[in-house]
Amino acid sequence: MRKVLALIGLALASPALAETPHLGKPVSASDMARWDIDISRDGKWLPPGDGTAAQGAPIFAAKCAVCHGDGGRGTDAAHKGQPAPPVLVNDVKFKPIDASTTSIANYWPYAPPLFGYIRAAMPWNEPRTLSDHEVYALTAYILAESKLIDPKLVLNAKTLAKVQMPNRNGFLPRFPELMPK
Amino acid sequence: MKPKNPPDKQAELEQAAGNGLLHRRALLASGAVGLAGAGLSIGATAAAAEPLTEPQWGLEIGEDTPPYQTPSPFAKNIVRTLTNPKFEPRSSLSRTPHHLLEGSITPNGLHFTINHTGIPLIDPVKHKLLIHGLVKQPQVFTLDALLRYPLHSRPAFVECGGNSAPLFSPKPIQADLQALHGLSSCAEWTGVKLSILLEECGIDPSAKWMIAEGGDAPHLMRSVPLSKGQDDAMIALFQNGEPLMPGNGYPMRLLLPGWEGNLNIKFVRRIKLTTEPAMSFWESQVYTEPMPKGKSYNFTFINEVKSFITRPSPGLDLKQPGIYELSGIAYSGRGKITKVMVSADGGKSWAEAALQGPVQSKAFTRFRLPWRWNGGPAILQSRAWDDQGAFQPTRAAFVAERSQLDKEPPVTAFRNHHANVITSWAVSSSGKVTHTYA
Repeated sequence: MRKVLALIGLALASPALAETPHLGKPVSASDMARWDIDISRDGKWLPPGDGTAAQGAPIFAAKCAVCHGDGGRGTDAAHKGQPAPPVLVNDVKFKPIDASTTSIANYWPYAPPLFGYIRAAMPWNEPRTLSDHEVYALTAYILAESKLIDPKLVLNAKTLAKVQMPNRNGFLPRFPELMPK
Repeated sequence: MKPKNPPDKQAELEQAAGNGLLHRRALLASGAVGLAGAGLSIGATAAAAEPLTEPQWGLEIGEDTPPYQTPSPFAKNIVRTLTNPKFEPRSSLSRTPHHLLEGSITPNGLHFTINHTGIPLIDPVKHKLLIHGLVKQPQVFTLDALLRYPLHSRPAFVECGGNSAPLFSPKPIQADLQALHGLSSCAEWTGVKLSILLEECGIDPSAKWMIAEGGDAPHLMRSVPLSKGQDDAMIALFQNGEPLMPGNGYPMRLLLPGWEGNLNIKFVRRIKLTTEPAMSFWESQVYTEPMPKGKSYNFTFINEVKSFITRPSPGLDLKQPGIYELSGIAYSGRGKITKVMVSADGGKSWAEAALQGPVQSKAFTRFRLPWRWNGGPAILQSRAWDDQGAFQPTRAAFVAERSQLDKEPPVTAFRNHHANVITSWAVSSSGKVTHTYA
C-alpha cells in the first residue's frame, strides 16, 4: 500500500502532469523508415534481402580492405599495435584482461548486430550508401572468413538470426541491479 | 613576533600526516603570523625581490578586442593532446590538460573529445531528434522546439570508459596526467530533461530500454536502461553557457550524468524505446571489460569514484623545498564526493583534503591540501569516497580484482576499461615528478 501511495505521489510530482509544450511533430512509420536502422540482437528487425560471402568478397576488397586489410585481417599499423581501424578476422585466441585479443569470432555474443553496424556506420568514408543486399553480402563474407558460417550460406533475416556465436555466454552485466528486469 | 605556541608544538598541530602533509586548514586558519611562527614561511629565506620597474604593456596601447576571445598567447601551451593529428581514417581523440587547469569546470575548448569519423558540421535548423519505438506517438523535435521547453542546468563530468586505461599496465607508464586521465572533463550542461519528451510521446509500459543514436557518420548506437532516461537524463543544448562545441555534440547530445562517456550520445538524432538492448558493436566489443577468469563485464554504466592529484604531477617538477598546495580532482558517477584522503608517503599515512564547495553530484570536486616538501623522496596519492559508500581501490586491491596486463601497452591503447585505481606520483629528491605504483 505504501508503495502504491508512493507511486501516486511520484505521478503527481511528475512533469508529465504539468503543462509541457508538446512541440514534437508526429511522424509515421513510413516517414521514419530510413532512420529506423537498429537491429535487434535476435535479428527480428533485419530487413528483406540476402547476400553471400562470394558476393561480399569483391565489395570488401573495393570498399573495406583499405582500412581493415585484405580479408579483414588488419593493416600493418594494426599489427604493430598502433592506433588503427579494427582487425575483423584473425585466429587470435581471446586472452582474459587484454581487449586487444578480442575479435568478432571470439567475442561478439550475437551475429545480427554485425549487419546493423555495417549498415549504420560503414564504409567509414561513405556510411549509409550500401544496399541491404550489399550489407548481407559483407556480413556473410566476414562471418565466413571468421569460420562462423558455411561459406556457401545465403545470408538473410532468417539465416543470420540463427548464427550461433561462440562467446554467447561470455558476459556478465557489471551492474546487475541496473539491468531492466 | 612571538608565536602563540612554541614553534615545535605548532608544527605538530598542523602536521596532519607523514612526510609533510599539513592540516587542510593550516594555511587558511593560521595566517601569515602562524606560518612564520611554525617556520613555514618561504619568504623568510627567499632572496629580496628585484626593484620594481614599469613593464612595457603598461606604457602602450594594447590589442583590439576580438568578438570571441581566446587565451593569452602566453597560455598557448594549455591545449589538448591529439591522437590523430593527420586525420587518418580512424578515431580522433583529444585529452584535457588537467595539470594546467584549476577549479572544477573544464573550459569548452579543452573538453576531451572522441570522434570516430571526424566532427560533423551539422546545420542546427535541419537537425532533428526522433523519439519512437514503444511509445504511443512517435515524434520529431527540432532545436527550435526544444528551446521553448523548460531548460535545466547542472554540472556533470563526462568520462570515457577508456580513461585511465594505461593503469592496466604492469609497470607504471611514464606519461603525464593528460595522457593517463585526460579523457574526463566536466561542464555545466543546460538542456531539456529527457523525461519530459518521453512523457509527451507516451511511454508504452512494455518499454525497458532506450537505444540512442548519433546523427554523425558512425550513427553510434548505445542501449540505456529506460529508468536512466526517466531519471536525470537530459538532451543537452548548452555547455558552460554557450551552444555545445562541435566535438561535444552540437547541436544536441544525450547527457547521462555519471555514466560511461560513450553512452552520452553526441549529435543525438534518435531515441528508440525497446524491450531489449541493441548489443551494438560498441556494447558487444568496445566498451566491455575482459576479466581475469575469462568472462567479460558488459553494460558498465557507472563511472566509479576516482581522483587524481593534478599539481604537482609529471611535468610539473618541484623547484625547491618548502610549502606547496597539492591540488586535484575527484568525482563519482554514483553521486557526491564526501571525502578525499591524501598521502605523501605512499599510503602509510593519510590526511583529509579540503573539498572546494559547493560539492555537486556527478561533477568534478576540486580538493586541496597544503604540503611542506622537505626535499626528500615522497609518493603522493589521493583516494576519494562518495556518498554511496564507494571508494577507490588500492593498487593491490585493483590488481586482485581486475588483474593487469602481461606487458606495458602503448599509452594510447585501450586494453581494458574503467580503471579507478589510486594514482601515485613519485617525487625525487631533485623534485622530479614521475608516475609510480604504490
